[in-house]
Amino acid sequence: MNPSTIRFEAVSVRYPASDRYAVENISLEVRGGELVVLLGPSGSGKSTLLRSVNRLVPLAAGRVFVDDADIGELDAVELRRSIGYVIQAVGLFANMTVAENIAVVPSLLGWDRREIAERVDDLLRLVGLDPARYRDRRPSALSGGEAQRIGVARAIAAKPRALLMDEPFGAVDVVVRTALQRELVRIVAELQTTTLFVTHDVDEAFRLADRIVVIRGGRIEQSGAPFELFENPATPYVRELVHAGDDVYRQYFLRGRELLRSQ
Amino acid sequence: MNYLAAHPWRVATLAGTHVELIAVALAAALLFAVPIGIVAVRRPRVAPWLLGTLGAIYTIPSLAMLAVFVEAFGLGFTPIFVALVLYAQFMLARNVVAGIAGVDPAQVDAARGLGMSPAQVLRRIEFPQALPVLIGGVRIAAIAMIAIATLGGYVGGVGLGVLIFNGLTLHQPQMIAAGSIAASALAIVADALLRLAERSARYG
Repeated sequence: MNPSTIRFEAVSVRYPASDRYAVENISLEVRGGELVVLLGPSGSGKSTLLRSVNRLVPLAAGRVFVDDADIGELDAVELRRSIGYVIQAVGLFANMTVAENIAVVPSLLGWDRREIAERVDDLLRLVGLDPARYRDRRPSALSGGEAQRIGVARAIAAKPRALLMDEPFGAVDVVVRTALQRELVRIVAELQTTTLFVTHDVDEAFRLADRIVVIRGGRIEQSGAPFELFENPATPYVRELVHAGDDVYRQYFLRGRELLRSQ
Repeated sequence: MNYLAAHPWRVATLAGTHVELIAVALAAALLFAVPIGIVAVRRPRVAPWLLGTLGAIYTIPSLAMLAVFVEAFGLGFTPIFVALVLYAQFMLARNVVAGIAGVDPAQVDAARGLGMSPAQVLRRIEFPQALPVLIGGVRIAAIAMIAIATLGGYVGGVGLGVLIFNGLTLHQPQMIAAGSIAASALAIVADALLRLAERSARYG
């Protein structure tokens, strides 16, 4: 499937028990094949914005388009099957083996058995796990890093037209996280899937993003390439954010990458 | 113990009808309790009312309830059967609620997000994972029902209660003992078997 575009048009979301908007009047376009990171503090509305794409949260106002189709007019269940979904807590199904977990969406879509079995093995290899060793394991027998690799494999199993990732590497240690980030870059480059990635980790955002959208208080503070954010922060908050933590390293990293790209 | 030794077949036959009564009543009880439990889980507003009502039924003294059903259905199998089905509702429905509510919310979120319909989430994720807890409820209910079902002997000659109540009228303590011991043995066996089932339904 060709990578999809995702377009938010003046999107607002409000939770029933709350008196303020979790997401307020956000407009944003994600191009086909682009990896856009939604970066912001917890409670900023970034996850809510992500979950509006596969209709896990209803819109209070505005519209979301996937490939120019208003998702409000699509069947929610069918829409979700066409979009990969990865969450921080992974949520591997405890009553299924690794292979059955990965096969969930393909079987919902009615793929035939042999096709599914081949796909499962391909995906295990793609996420760096030996199919023979992992296929029949239970989720309870996996480490955190292994579980999230399976989570990613499950999300991309049915060749989704877009991938939604909600702090997928937030719960694993820094070594595993770095490895997973590296592999995600490789996988996304290979699949060319449009990806929305939520994180509060500035370095993760810089490492992964084609474009970073900084969100705070339900609104967009700035949207731009990592280097652009670093060089020209649009608001004091963005300036503070990109310089929080190890900004010297970050500066070298970004300058170096710009240099490589310009050659 | 003399009665038990002298009439093993009589005791075994009555134990057989006792088991039959419990099995049929449990199956019928599940037909109501599982949907009621699912409704309670899905609608937290009505859950206290539903479970409260079932809990209230559970506290009615069994002999009083039985008297009402004898008035309504006459003597025989029906009054004790209906009473058992009603008693079991609370224990079963409560465990359906506990089982489904105990499923990891991340798994439910992932299931929805990946495109399972609500019915598929229930059937493929929530129900299989709630099953051990539900079987736990069946186990508790079965043990209570085995005891309560002895009253069936008083209202129409079903199950091991026949021995107990005949023993009472005939002043035959050994008959009473035989019925009681057999019922206890049934409860112990049911407990052990359902514990096994509970364990084998667990994952990971």
